Amino acid sequence: MADFTLTKDADGVGIITWDVPGKTMNVMSFDGLSELNDCIDQALADDEIKGIVITSGKEGSFAGGMDLNLLAVMKEQAGDDPAKGLFEGTMKMHALLRKIELAGMDPKTKKGGKPIAAALPGTAAGIGMELPLATHRIFAAENPKAKYGLPEIMVGIFPGAGGTTRMVRKVGAIAAAPLLLEGKMLDVKKAKGAGYIDEIAADPLAAAKEWVLNAKDADLVKPWDAKGYKMPGGAPYHPAGFMNFVGASAMVNGKTQGAFPAAKALLSAVYEGALVDFDTALKIEARWFTSVLMNPSSGAMIRSLFLNKEALEKGAVRPKGIPDQSVKKIGVLGAGMMGAGIALVSAQAGMEVVLIDRDQAAADKGKAYTEAYLDKGMKRGKVTAEKKEAMLARITATPDLEKLAGCDLIIEAVFEDPKVKAEMTQKVEAIIPEDCIFASNTSTLPITELAKASKRPDQFIGIHFFSPVEKMFLVEIIKGKETGDRAVAKALDYVRQIRKTPIVVNDARFFYCNRCIIPYINEGARMITEGVKPVLIDNAARQLGFPVGPIQLTDETSIDLGAKIARATKAAMGDAYPESPADDLIFWMEEQGRLGRKAKAGFFDYDENGKRIGYWHGLHEKYPLAEQQPSLQEVQDRLMFAQVLEAVRALEEGVLEDIREGDVGAILAWGFAPWSGGPFSWIDMIGAPYAAERCDQLTEKYGERFACPPLLREMAEKGQTFYGRFAPEAKAA
Amino acid sequence: MTEAYIYDAVRTPRGKGRKDGSLHEVTSVRLSAVTLNAVKERNNLEGHAVEDVIWGNVTQVMEQGGCLARSAVLASDLDESIPGLAINRFCASGMEAVNLAANQVKGGAGDAYIAGGVEMMGRVPMGSDGAAIAVDPSLAMETYFVPQGISADIIATEYGFTRDQADALAVESQKRAAKAWEENRFAKSVITVKDRNGLTILDRDEYMRPGTDMQSLGALNPSFQMMGEQMPGFDKVAMLKYPHLEKINHIHHAGNSSGIVDGAAAVLIGNKEFGEKYGLKPRARIKATAKIGTDPTIMLTGPVPVTEKILAETGMKIGDIDLFEVNEAFASVVLRFQQAFDVDPALVNVNGGSIAMGHPLGATGAIIIGTLLDELERQDKETGLATLCIASGMGAATIIERV
Repeated sequence: MADFTLTKDADGVGIITWDVPGKTMNVMSFDGLSELNDCIDQALADDEIKGIVITSGKEGSFAGGMDLNLLAVMKEQAGDDPAKGLFEGTMKMHALLRKIELAGMDPKTKKGGKPIAAALPGTAAGIGMELPLATHRIFAAENPKAKYGLPEIMVGIFPGAGGTTRMVRKVGAIAAAPLLLEGKMLDVKKAKGAGYIDEIAADPLAAAKEWVLNAKDADLVKPWDAKGYKMPGGAPYHPAGFMNFVGASAMVNGKTQGAFPAAKALLSAVYEGALVDFDTALKIEARWFTSVLMNPSSGAMIRSLFLNKEALEKGAVRPKGIPDQSVKKIGVLGAGMMGAGIALVSAQAGMEVVLIDRDQAAADKGKAYTEAYLDKGMKRGKVTAEKKEAMLARITATPDLEKLAGCDLIIEAVFEDPKVKAEMTQKVEAIIPEDCIFASNTSTLPITELAKASKRPDQFIGIHFFSPVEKMFLVEIIKGKETGDRAVAKALDYVRQIRKTPIVVNDARFFYCNRCIIPYINEGARMITEGVKPVLIDNAARQLGFPVGPIQLTDETSIDLGAKIARATKAAMGDAYPESPADDLIFWMEEQGRLGRKAKAGFFDYDENGKRIGYWHGLHEKYPLAEQQPSLQEVQDRLMFAQVLEAVRALEEGVLEDIREGDVGAILAWGFAPWSGGPFSWIDMIGAPYAAERCDQLTEKYGERFACPPLLREMAEKGQTFYGRFAPEAKAA
Repeated sequence: MTEAYIYDAVRTPRGKGRKDGSLHEVTSVRLSAVTLNAVKERNNLEGHAVEDVIWGNVTQVMEQGGCLARSAVLASDLDESIPGLAINRFCASGMEAVNLAANQVKGGAGDAYIAGGVEMMGRVPMGSDGAAIAVDPSLAMETYFVPQGISADIIATEYGFTRDQADALAVESQKRAAKAWEENRFAKSVITVKDRNGLTILDRDEYMRPGTDMQSLGALNPSFQMMGEQMPGFDKVAMLKYPHLEKINHIHHAGNSSGIVDGAAAVLIGNKEFGEKYGLKPRARIKATAKIGTDPTIMLTGPVPVTEKILAETGMKIGDIDLFEVNEAFASVVLRFQQAFDVDPALVNVNGGSIAMGHPLGATGAIIIGTLLDELERQDKETGLATLCIASGMGAATIIERV
């Protein structure tokens, strides 16, 4: 069975159908490329074929893109010179797509080519969009579920099969840049406006056939292959284009904080390509594409944000042999911000939801959160009145615990107090079915301790959401000592239902994510006490690719929460608790009543609407600024190592069982430098020996919290990498 | 070593660089030729009197393109055996022409040169020659490119200059320029630009606004705030390079930045033998020259390191310099120079500068060397230093000494 097949119809149209066996959506492989090439050659050579339509055998979609594993293979197969392999492989793709575009026409007269159209039943992404862009006319079905676009940038690369060069030439650099830089997938109407597709048709295959049979020579000549082509919006040194290009670099720089190599490379390919003819532009695109693939960042991003994220979502760590545990009826205890969000995403996934709080008003308030969310969606035209009604009907807001009867999953999101939680657990367990799984959304309390209140500790588990629930992509599942496999499977199946990405970790203080985030925030606070400018700390983090710096993050999550966690941890740990000037700062801020954004006063000053005006300079009366400010690099290293060393320790202690979860979780939960692929990928990138050496330097200068974990020391000595030593394949071998 | 002497320095008046500017009707090549002719006539030069004409010019496209120096020589009364070299070091082009010429003379490559430059900013707009550093993402993003006005505002923010300080410097520049004209202090250098029929087109700097005071400047909006804070947001780029800054303080506006004007200037430089041959008396010797590259984002701090460099190379101290010309590209550039060297503002730009009279990019470097020499002679002082900040992060300086 081949991925591509060529058939002829009675009218003399050659139909090339893309239908990868055994897949629900087409992806491009090496074999696919060579089969497509053969089909094109045959069709062009066959005198009976007057025109060609490329379509898909999959219902509702054309293709999802390139098999990203291929990029790694291309690199490996090139042996000593991976750049050469990647460049030549890319140029081969260009040659194939260019052959489609020129369709056998005479190079001088541009006559005698065979019309080639694309008929897309639905979704086309990546090379699935770049292939149609090389044809002469793109027809797409009136399919409301379909999405079109070039999302490569999301995994740290950019469209490298001509998509960049063709879109820039088709719609102009200024119109193409946001599409390429943001990688948004568009519905069919927007995709037409953007230039991804040319025509929307009820039957795209029929429309495409009709078009190829009637197309004239001139219809086959792309604007950029015709004489007198001018780039829409102006080329870089055209007066109209000049300021746009100057502005583009600045905007991309500001937006990405210089932390994403792919964005720079993409913009460079656009600029350099815009200055030359089309074929030279493709060569330039291939060189920049190669350079992005050669950058360790792209490999790490593809691994974490595409391959491993998908693997985790598809149950890579789900216990074997447990039947489907999909949730039908869920009980959410506590209708505060977290409970309300959990109810929302559960109802969204089609579950029946019972939302409990101490009185009707409190429970209703939680449900109102979903209503407000849906109203916003309606305003934007994304939610219909029927959908809103159906979703709200699925949520029962009540103070009556009896309504929890029949639930198969409970998620408790009540006040973070072990006593309150224990009481709730016992009350609820008296009502729910025997086989119901009970989960706690605690972010700070050990699951094993909470499970002691349960009659069925093997059915007790942690499902830790991040705030705001409906926006955050990650869910951290925590296994207590007694937690059984079915509870884990239940939690994983639930997370799959609400379309989030799960990681599963073992129980320990702060689990995995908060364990890493807290030292990050504390390191920022410590630096303030040393007199480092708060803005330097936040900017250092932003330039590492973090969405917000630690100081701003503290204001967002609130100072009193930080103080509360510090006090609780100290109480729990006793003498083992390491005293920190960071705590002094947080307690002092709390005393000043500067509790953060919610109080409109924290490390920042805010206006009446809660908008940040600037850093609060009153801070420096208590903590004067140091005359000599540290270098950006020094601040960045402290912030990075504070986090990654916790990740390594979590692995060492068995809290993390799989480095993939450590990497994916870090990016999705707290925005850990996405370009790095996560904490473990980052250490692999800088190398264990250097990381260990830097630990020693930081320890000497700043203290024991930077002490090199024995595991890292050992890896440094052996010259190992995390993915070399801990990747699941290696484990199996 | 052979000495290089300044025998003469001339400049045209500076015309407003726009449609209603008096020099707007004059071509770049013609204004260059007028300037070269003045040097020839004033010094009775004949035949292959100079080895070359080194001509600074920034926007070398259209009428300023095609090696303007050679075109200017051919359009002038100079002998066709004198070739012509067009150069570009942005705002220091005119100074670099002088420095190059001086060093050629010192090195024995010819007895004399005419060096200077021209810029017709109203006819060939600034930036119309393109610039990879601004447009090429691989360079613009790596070097954190921001436009000059943003750089001037970064200087103000980084070194703590207020809008009031910048405005006060601008008011002082206007006052000094007005007084200089009142007292005819530019008489030695400024030539009258005449048409082909001998009719006067312009004989006086016309950009000046002598009545300028703090109040009138206070009414002006900052020029670079929009592009900095909103579209396309250059401040964010600035803070990538200067991450310790919370925000950029946008203090510059049309009134405390240099003016867009048309103008040209030339300096006659030669060795001792040249002077003897033409019976000319040297006015000053070019003691030292220097140039340097600096951070391209803050871009305009070059005068400080280049001055440190030239002083170190000559074994001089800042106190050895009697008078300074520091090009007033933006007020913060001069404020930073004064702050760094703690020099008396009364010694800097004694007769006003580019804020009052305008900054014809390719010519200014040569203009301020002439202005400095005139003032040294007027005050009967010995040593002067001229320096300019330069786009893309550079600095240039010249020390002259009366003989």
